[in-house]
Amino acid sequence: MPIKEREVPGSIIQRKDQQLPGEGPEKGLLTLPGESRTFAPGEESDRSFFTTTMDTAVNWARSNSLWPLPFGTACCAIEFMSTVSSHYDMARFGFEVVRFSPRQSDLLIVAGTIVDKIAPVLKRIYEQMPEPKYVVAMGACATSGGFYRMYHVVQGIDEVIPVDIWVPGCPPTPEGLMYGILKLKEKIDRGEMRR
Amino acid sequence: MSTLTRNSSIPFTGPAPTNRNPYVPAGVEKIDARGAEIAGHLNSPHITQRPGEDLPTFEVDREQIVDVLRTFKDDPKLQYKLPLDCFGVDYPGRQDGRFDVIYQLYSFDHNERVRLIVKTDEETPVQTSVPVFKAFDWFEREVFDMYGVKFEGHPNLRRILTHEAFRGHALRKDYDPAQRWILTEKDVARLEPVVTDHADEGEYDRVTMNIGPSHPAMHGTLRVAVTLDGEIIVGAAQEIGYLHRCFEKSCETHTYQQAIPYTDRLNYMSAIINNVGYCQTVEKLLGIKAPERAQHILLILSELMRIADHLVCVGTNLVDLGALTNFWYFFQPREEIYQLVESCCGARILPSYTRIGGLAVDAPDDFLENTRRIVDSIPAFIADVDGLVRRNRIFRERTLGAGRISQEDAINYGFTGPCLRATGVPYDVRKASPYLGYETYDFDVPIADGGDTYARYLVRIEEMRQSLRILDQAIKRGMPDGPVIVDDPYIALPPKERVYNEMESLIYHFKLIMHGIQPPVGAAYHQVEGGNGELGFYVVSDGTKNPYRVRVRPPCFPIFSAFGEMVTGQTIPDAVASLGSLNIIAGELDH
Repeated sequence: MPIKEREVPGSIIQRKDQQLPGEGPEKGLLTLPGESRTFAPGEESDRSFFTTTMDTAVNWARSNSLWPLPFGTACCAIEFMSTVSSHYDMARFGFEVVRFSPRQSDLLIVAGTIVDKIAPVLKRIYEQMPEPKYVVAMGACATSGGFYRMYHVVQGIDEVIPVDIWVPGCPPTPEGLMYGILKLKEKIDRGEMRR
Repeated sequence: MSTLTRNSSIPFTGPAPTNRNPYVPAGVEKIDARGAEIAGHLNSPHITQRPGEDLPTFEVDREQIVDVLRTFKDDPKLQYKLPLDCFGVDYPGRQDGRFDVIYQLYSFDHNERVRLIVKTDEETPVQTSVPVFKAFDWFEREVFDMYGVKFEGHPNLRRILTHEAFRGHALRKDYDPAQRWILTEKDVARLEPVVTDHADEGEYDRVTMNIGPSHPAMHGTLRVAVTLDGEIIVGAAQEIGYLHRCFEKSCETHTYQQAIPYTDRLNYMSAIINNVGYCQTVEKLLGIKAPERAQHILLILSELMRIADHLVCVGTNLVDLGALTNFWYFFQPREEIYQLVESCCGARILPSYTRIGGLAVDAPDDFLENTRRIVDSIPAFIADVDGLVRRNRIFRERTLGAGRISQEDAINYGFTGPCLRATGVPYDVRKASPYLGYETYDFDVPIADGGDTYARYLVRIEEMRQSLRILDQAIKRGMPDGPVIVDDPYIALPPKERVYNEMESLIYHFKLIMHGIQPPVGAAYHQVEGGNGELGFYVVSDGTKNPYRVRVRPPCFPIFSAFGEMVTGQTIPDAVASLGSLNIIAGELDH
């Protein structure tokens, strides 16, 4: 896909001299703005192009615009609210379009304890989400049932639905949740997730 | 068919030495004298006073309980109008019926509580008390769900907290705590609202619509089914239990100290208040009091948590009405409060900061300065939002008259806290039965007329200002010196440096970890003012390291049971607006 050269200031990623784009820490990622200059000096810019695999391009697009559906049941939902609110502001990473309809979202954040009574609901919601879909189990309860090892509590949501990222904590701090989601982004970028 | 999973997880740590001393409440003569006075006034052969309890307590004949409840409610000299709680306790092997069904009532006139006890067994039903107190509708369903006690004449006696495929009754002592029953989608029962008003039928087709449990308008995990006639709700049924995390059974399988983190997760908006309520109940059983310094820190944190609770409630209520900015704006002071809590104990929203007998660790040196900074910053936030909202035409038209409940109904449904005060009843546990030294502070109890969403908003905003007044006084008094936990090796762990250097402390440490705190044999009820109303704990001790029974009186539970009646005759947008103002916290509702 040919692109035109644009006047963009340098990349935010520090690069050593003489290192080719795509060889540094962002290896495998799509080229960042300002780094698409892969042609030799003097070459005509409107003939420039870069190549990538379809997978990489698709993964890049997917990983940068996740629309989360918060399945918030308990205390973790409050920390999720903190994460999307003014102080921590998850919008910095492109995850702020919180959708409450499973049909409009591709990231299910299970925040809180899942009990046996709500497990069929969770399953139905997961099934309603369009592909590709990703699941983050936020907190100890969603991960393993936490310290509720009792007669009415699901011992980890992987009993019901597949999980991509587990975030520990009771509840996880907003930093913890953000780290988990950025890890998910990395996973998608690397193309590890195939559904 | 449901599958059965059996995976018992409770570790066996050997028989614990037993404390066989009976619990003697403080001021027991006075309580017994008051009980004798009531019994003498009623002069009924069906009522027997049980002396030596922490409240005036009566055993009532099973057949007569409805009449006795009605007498307690309507007798001009008694006036026990507010139904607080109805719950069960299981004593397997007892000759005259294994279950106690306990009713607790409160009288505004006398400012006191009474406890009525009915004994029954698996087969014999108890007369339902729903015609007297509407609040007991859900409470009786809970007793049925948890113990299998049948209530004769109950309008809708089915499981409330556990699911449809559940077998057995979980709080019975012979139920394995880890035995689960799996619910599949085809077992889920359809929710049919009861429609009593058939006046306009025929004009539109009636539609029954399900809202929740995962729905943008439903906070947490609530589920409501409404029957609509055109746009008007003619019947609503609520379903709860989607966050039933077995709090009460968990407490029975853990020691007294280990139960504290579970209390955090009841009302996770204001966790410290739950800690205080539970710990003070056990302290009441033990006959001790936390040191002054600990009480002072807890008072400051409790009031900050109350503010944080109301901030989220008002913020999310406004989000439901379309005003998103206030929510984000209110989260800033909330973050500051979290940071203060974090500086004390390392956790943000679920601190587990208290211990029985005091605090886990002392507050940092700059605690008061940081509190002062927060207290000084909050009034601007409240003033900004209140200035935008209070006279806002959209807000007023959405909330005035939405979810209205009359004072009489609110009391009959067992409302407490801001929702009761919004109907004009100035009942606040901090004034009525002060704890943590609230009696020494100067503050007002705000009330409002109308009992609608707007009134609840006004009460919450004013309560935050009153909490700031308390905080201001508390900061000016300064921090009392001294320890933060009682000096009793049978209750508090000795400091680490002594454990490593003294034989005796090492033994005490070992004994306390292995055998736990063992309060004297008895039962105590204690209440605090939570974010949503009276948060009560009833703890039964049998002298071992585990509580025999912990009952929490969740203030949300009776409030949400009235929701269907509150929104009948209104539209769905009204229902959404009023649900936000009730501040239903799922963790507390489903305990």
